[in-house]
Amino acid sequence: MSIEAMLGREEVGRTLRRLAHEIIENNRGAENLVLVGLLSRGYPLAKRLAAAIEDFEHVTVPVGRLDIGLYRDDVTRRAAPPRIRPSEIPADIDGKTVVLVDDVLYTGRSIRAALDALLDFGRPARVRLAVLIDRGHRELPIRPDFVGKNIPTGAFQSVQVRVAEVDGDDGVYVFDEEATHA
Amino acid sequence: MLDVREESRPVALESAPEEARWRWKDLLDTDVLDPADIQLVMDTAEAMSEVRSRPMSKVATLRGTTVVTLFYEQSTRTRASFEVAAKALGADVVNLTASGSSVEKGESLIDTVRTLEAIGADLVVMRHGKSGAPYLAARHSKAGIINGGDGTHAHPTQALLDLFTMRRHLGDLAGRKVLIVGDILHSRVARSNIWTLVSAGAEVTLCGPATLLPTSLAGRSERGSVKVTTNLDQAIAGADVVMALRIQKERAERGLIPSLREYIRGYQVNARRLALAAPGALVMHPGPMNEGIEISPEIAHGVGSVIEEQVSNGVAVRMAILYLMATARTA
Amino acid sequence: MSERILIVGGRVVDSASGTDALLDVLVEGGVVRAIGPGLGGDGARRVDASGCIVSPGFVDLHAHLREPGFEQKGTIATETEAALRGGFTTICAMPNTLPAPDSGSIVESLLERIARDARVRVLPIGCTTRGRNGSEVAEMSELAAAGCVAFSDDGNPVAHGAVMRNAMMLAGSLGLPVSEHCDDPVLSAGGVMNEGRVSERLGLAGQPVTAEISAIARNIALCEATGTRLHIAHVTTARGLEMVADAKRRGLPLTCEVTPSHLFLTEDAVFGGGKEAAYDTNAKINPPLRTEADRRALCAGLNAGIIDAIATDHAPHAIEDKLCEFDNAAFGISCFETALGTLLTQVGRGELDLHAVLRALTTGPVAAFALAAKAPGAGRLAEGSRADITVFDPNQSWVVDVQRFASKGKNSPLHGLELTGRVRAVVVAGELAFAEEVAHA
Repeated sequence: MSIEAMLGREEVGRTLRRLAHEIIENNRGAENLVLVGLLSRGYPLAKRLAAAIEDFEHVTVPVGRLDIGLYRDDVTRRAAPPRIRPSEIPADIDGKTVVLVDDVLYTGRSIRAALDALLDFGRPARVRLAVLIDRGHRELPIRPDFVGKNIPTGAFQSVQVRVAEVDGDDGVYVFDEEATHA
Repeated sequence: MLDVREESRPVALESAPEEARWRWKDLLDTDVLDPADIQLVMDTAEAMSEVRSRPMSKVATLRGTTVVTLFYEQSTRTRASFEVAAKALGADVVNLTASGSSVEKGESLIDTVRTLEAIGADLVVMRHGKSGAPYLAARHSKAGIINGGDGTHAHPTQALLDLFTMRRHLGDLAGRKVLIVGDILHSRVARSNIWTLVSAGAEVTLCGPATLLPTSLAGRSERGSVKVTTNLDQAIAGADVVMALRIQKERAERGLIPSLREYIRGYQVNARRLALAAPGALVMHPGPMNEGIEISPEIAHGVGSVIEEQVSNGVAVRMAILYLMATARTA
Repeated sequence: MSERILIVGGRVVDSASGTDALLDVLVEGGVVRAIGPGLGGDGARRVDASGCIVSPGFVDLHAHLREPGFEQKGTIATETEAALRGGFTTICAMPNTLPAPDSGSIVESLLERIARDARVRVLPIGCTTRGRNGSEVAEMSELAAAGCVAFSDDGNPVAHGAVMRNAMMLAGSLGLPVSEHCDDPVLSAGGVMNEGRVSERLGLAGQPVTAEISAIARNIALCEATGTRLHIAHVTTARGLEMVADAKRRGLPLTCEVTPSHLFLTEDAVFGGGKEAAYDTNAKINPPLRTEADRRALCAGLNAGIIDAIATDHAPHAIEDKLCEFDNAAFGISCFETALGTLLTQVGRGELDLHAVLRALTTGPVAAFALAAKAPGAGRLAEGSRADITVFDPNQSWVVDVQRFASKGKNSPLHGLELTGRVRAVVVAGELAFAEEVAHA
């Protein structure tokens, strides 16, 4: 099996700090900002981004978590449906700038679902998208505003982001699909 | 509520969501559910409860799914609860009652469910006066059958919503004392509650007049236990949950109890008796209540009462069941 | 024209004569011509009975043929064919037909249908009360004259004590027994299965054992008071059986029967193969299947000879009578074609004694209804008497398939079950009426 480590723990940390700066810059500060992370791995990344923003700007940024299971376009087609978890949006998002945070951007379908889910909680002034990895292969017209790293991948590869809060440590790996099916 | 996995080896999956492994085509009773099944319902219901609290409390997940409620018996809350739950998930809902349908013309249950299947019903929520009727329907239908109460047998979604309500207040039910008072013999609520509560490790006591107390339900499993007794004042001592059941006037007419007056004397849940229970004990009732008979009004609406919460939790739990069954059946 | 049949190489077991030996049987002219070793039978049709038991044809005191009135459930033709395949050559037809045989003319008309269609000997049982209404005693002397061998209201127990007392006094004067389904209909009102563990689990209304026990007690008292022969139909409870045993010890003219279903199954059959298969309407029978303790007591009672007869209570139903909610389903099991299979399976398990089983299928029922004169040759193998013979292989295994039943009633909880013991050939009045060709392994 071929596994290639693309980012290590320290690189993930540096990348997140850079993304935090970009978000502040784009938003002209940290006011009216709400970060919403997708479950499972986007949420801890959103919390870390918020902590970094607070560090830089000394402003508390609310962080929400979003489960998109009920909004997936394949929910009644999957061999096994996703387990649904409660979402939590801690602040009123009406008129705010919401940054959706996820680990990997791929087809764009998760983000489509996340947008639908988010809009059930209110009417933000604008929604931005931050991802740690963009691996390409979009199937919907969705593009990220903040990208940690672009990793061009082949159709027979997959990307896994590991996050300490979920997986025990940080790191980004690229797998060879053929190897995993062997 | 992040699930922190112990295993930390890289796996070749792209953030795959954890799967909801629901194994059952039908939900006929709680006795076949294992602890993992029940946990899945509880977790999913927790998420559904959150969905219900949103500014927009309706999703489109089950768009294209048809849920039929087929009620051979009168019911307000169960039918309405299922309808609200199905609509909150975006399903189409068709409500059928026995009166005014082909059932009145003598159509058999099997023909009815086959007809519903033919017109595209994915799930059929069924309330029937005869114990076991949903089992018959399930054996003859590809649509998933959800038992919305059958005769004096089972009412699984009521038991699950009761469990959900108890857990929200008490957390882990292991070792907790749950008292169910009333006409146990004819209670589908009591029967289905036994299985979920014992599975959760509770110590269940069934209490009622000797003529309405099926003693063979007593028993013990590795997790929990069921006792039966006719003495309410003793049984209520230290109870964490007191659930009163509806008593029907018909039981007095049939001579199973001498009178409602006599029933009240022995088995009404009231302030004097509730004072014997554990401090802060939950007061529950599956509804509809006969206030002043099986439960006194000040208790029904008192500080420990979670009776209205049971009703609102019912929607979340039924959403969970509908979601799990509608998605599992297409698998 | 009757044929010559030579049954060779079988183990002949005849309770009446105490025979149990490897013997041949020659049938000629409708009667048993000879029983002995190494019989020659030139030109006779040979039935190879090696490995098999050769028994008098079985006698059933309790069967439902459904005709007239319920031909969608069964007819005399179909149900007697089922009896034949089950090894029964003399059966008593219960009177729950429409019309019920409560007058001489109805019995005569029934006997005409029997003469035309029946594959085995059928003896009618007349009503105890008019139209089985439980309130007016039927015209018993007319029924006796027309050929009824006993009186019964079948599934309608005679609840009214005075009516039952009068009926027994009148039946006694005619020398005929009363066969009574012992049940207190008030105690068992609404019940659809045994009251107990399974009924409480499934939320079904139960019939308590006390309903049978108290009715047996009353009827024993009436038997003692009137001196009339009382036959307790399908006893199901351990306590009821004890009372029968006690009454017999006191010398009362009392007999009783048990069904193969109650010997083989318990209330757990309603549960089916597990909760998802629960509410098996094919296990709904009246009186209900009881507990394992009751079942064991019945087996012991049969082995000890307290139980006189094994009666099938064969009760065929149309599919729609069973394919419905448990409460709405009809009571009864289609039993003719599985009776011997379950009994011999239990013999194989050591639960039942082969000789006790065969006694209760032959001489026991004949004595209970005093059929020797009315049904000559029934239940015995004797040279010169009518040849009704059942040949069965006690070791042959087979799987119950209700679709292969000759009976119109496919209602059996045993469908798909493997049984050991199968009828191979049946001679009725000297004719080889049924023979199953089986390749020997």
